[in-house]
Amino acid sequence: MLTLNIALALSAILFVIGVAGVIVRRNAIILFMCIELMLNAVNLAFVALSPYAGIQGQVFVFFVIAVAAAEAAVGLAIIISVFRHAESVDIKNFSLLRW
Amino acid sequence: MLVLQEVAGAVPHNSFEPILPGLIVLLPLIGFVINGIASLVAVRDTSRERAVSPWTQRLPSIVAPGVMLVAFILAVMNFFRMAGAELHEPLVVHYWSWLPAGDLQVDAALQLDPLSILMTLIITGVGMLIHVFSVGYMRADPGYPRYMAYLNLFVFFMLVLVLGASFPLMFVGWEGVGLCSYLLIGFWFADRANADAGKKAFIVNRIGDFGFLMAMMILFANLGTLTFGAVFAEAPVVFAYSGPVITAICLFLLLGAAGKSAQIPLYVWLPDAMAGPTPVSALIHAATMVTAGVYMVVRSATLFALAPSASLTVAIVGTLTAVFAATIALKQWDIKKVLAYSTVSQLGFMFAAVGMGAYVAGVFHLMTHAFFKACLFLGAGAVIHAMHEGLHATHSHADAQDMRNMGGLRRYLPVTFFAMAAATLAIAGIPPFAGFFSKDEVIGAAWIGAGGASPLSEVTLLGIAGSTWMTFIGVMLSAAAFMTAFYMGRMMLYTFFGPNRTGEAERSHLHEVGWSMKIPLIALGLLSVIGGWINIDPHVPIVEWFTPLAIGGPAALHDWLHPVLVGPEAVIAANLPNLPEPHHAAWGILLAIAIGVAGLLTAWLFLKPDRLGTAEAEPNYTDTPGRLLYNKWYVDEIYGKVIIGPFQALSRGFSSIVDRWIVDGLVDGAGRLMHGLGRLGGLTQTGQLNTYAFILVLGVLVVLGAFAF
Repeated sequence: MLTLNIALALSAILFVIGVAGVIVRRNAIILFMCIELMLNAVNLAFVALSPYAGIQGQVFVFFVIAVAAAEAAVGLAIIISVFRHAESVDIKNFSLLRW
Repeated sequence: MLVLQEVAGAVPHNSFEPILPGLIVLLPLIGFVINGIASLVAVRDTSRERAVSPWTQRLPSIVAPGVMLVAFILAVMNFFRMAGAELHEPLVVHYWSWLPAGDLQVDAALQLDPLSILMTLIITGVGMLIHVFSVGYMRADPGYPRYMAYLNLFVFFMLVLVLGASFPLMFVGWEGVGLCSYLLIGFWFADRANADAGKKAFIVNRIGDFGFLMAMMILFANLGTLTFGAVFAEAPVVFAYSGPVITAICLFLLLGAAGKSAQIPLYVWLPDAMAGPTPVSALIHAATMVTAGVYMVVRSATLFALAPSASLTVAIVGTLTAVFAATIALKQWDIKKVLAYSTVSQLGFMFAAVGMGAYVAGVFHLMTHAFFKACLFLGAGAVIHAMHEGLHATHSHADAQDMRNMGGLRRYLPVTFFAMAAATLAIAGIPPFAGFFSKDEVIGAAWIGAGGASPLSEVTLLGIAGSTWMTFIGVMLSAAAFMTAFYMGRMMLYTFFGPNRTGEAERSHLHEVGWSMKIPLIALGLLSVIGGWINIDPHVPIVEWFTPLAIGGPAALHDWLHPVLVGPEAVIAANLPNLPEPHHAAWGILLAIAIGVAGLLTAWLFLKPDRLGTAEAEPNYTDTPGRLLYNKWYVDEIYGKVIIGPFQALSRGFSSIVDRWIVDGLVDGAGRLMHGLGRLGGLTQTGQLNTYAFILVLGVLVVLGAFAF
């Protein structure tokens, strides 16, 4: 029981760190890492709870990892493309689609 | 006339079997569709700048008079069937349920009775002749197929008006003929004056239509039905004799009739309606449509019999109109304007007749007027046609309708002259021409009422006794009849007698019109002579001398229309059982003849067509009465100042204040408000990912919080 609580607490801490990072940081790469952090926080919660809630949680983790991998590939490609265009990965500079 | 018929047998049974009554109505509509298609094709050809397909100009010449001829033949066949059958109550032919709206149940149904079949005969018969005339008169016009389409459509609506078996159906025809009148007055709409005249007719008629609608609604609120049969059966039971409700209904009906039939104060549109082609003036603005108000009063005779003070109002309005319009006609130079005011005046005679309860006299005058006025208008059309050709030959811009430019035309248009002369003698009331018998009956009804033998003699209106009013009506109508004879004599003198003033070069181009125009003229001229013979009353002194001429037996029209008037007669018999027998005095008839002869003689003796100059040479009237009459008592100007001016000022006020600041302000304000709100909302869209993420998280927290607590 104690282990579960520790695992969930760790998951929560990791998730909040990720959220805080997305809110305060401006570097696109860092944002990306924070998103990964949140995803993995969720993964940790899934795995920790799977003995009580069933095997589906563990299955779902694989889906999350797969989607995260694809997302990383596409996202990093976009960031590289943006960097080539603007010589920067600071998201403060990218607000062209605003009214 | 006032003798109640005993209903034979316990259960009245109609043995009358109509022949295709629906087809009479439908045929002109078919003609409208065919001519309408031809018109559209012609317009398409013109807009593509290629030669107009010749069939579009030829087809209407056959279709338009053709459908009218077939409809007329059908009407005649139905007339003879009805004459040979027993008809105890109006025959109603149901087609389908038209307005099943709760308590209001209106069927598309035609009512065949002596009145409606008589009107159908006049409409299809005179209409057919005018369609034939139009072929000659309008064939060269580029809008010829459109003209014929409108004319057919008009006849369709007019037939719906007279044959419809309920007030709403009558109203459909009522509005339809108004529409066609508008379309045909503004037929040459490229000229602004014509388009304005059309609008004027339409708008003035709307005022009348308001009255008709009000009357219908009050009727429905009290009776719960609008079908003629049910309304006239229940009205004497529901409404008290001379009660306020029935009086209100009849006054509203009078307003409606005054609009359509050009009575004071709504007559102003009719003289302007002469902007349309002349055959239109003959058919719509003289023979048929304008008599719709008279027809409506006769159709609602049961209601008017219940409201004697409203009836007397009808008679007084008609009398005033008759005199008023006749004075204006005395001084007009435009040949069509003379006839237009003459029409208003004659409609006044009809109103006076039906108002006084002399329904047969009213319908009789309606019929003879349809003959002689259509003849006069078509004659005027022929004159204008000839004048146009003459003036066109030298490219003269002189007015083809101004009588000062005519003169001596009887040598160039002999057939037209004789037809118009017959019609003039008819309208002047010279025996034995048609108008003598009908006009004499109208004025005779006034003298009878003055003698106390009319249901209106006992009524008091504005503190004056009915019989006094009737004396007034008799005197005024006699004055109007004198003026009628005078201005008609004046018109004939200036148009057909004296030297010709058209001009040397133009004179050789003045020719009699073609056969398609001559035949209707001859037919209507003949009808102007014999039309009155269907109602020669052998009980009236002097008139009885003409009994050998009677067509269809003595007083045939009285007998024919009697079944229609059983309702009002029953109302009068129930409420005024001690009415004295009407007595026709010989002096009244002699007076009528003397007036007609005197009017024509005065014109002949005092007017000198030899001394008249052309429109350019002859100055307009300079003396005060002449100016006053020539300018139509300045009624248009007074209406302009008193009604239209303030109304337009009000409209301008509304447009510049209410519309511009309040309505536009509301609309623009709504737009501005949304724009501002958008701006405000746009501020949240910073383009900064962090902000968005923060708001997202806040949102998630709010949702989670909501779940938690």
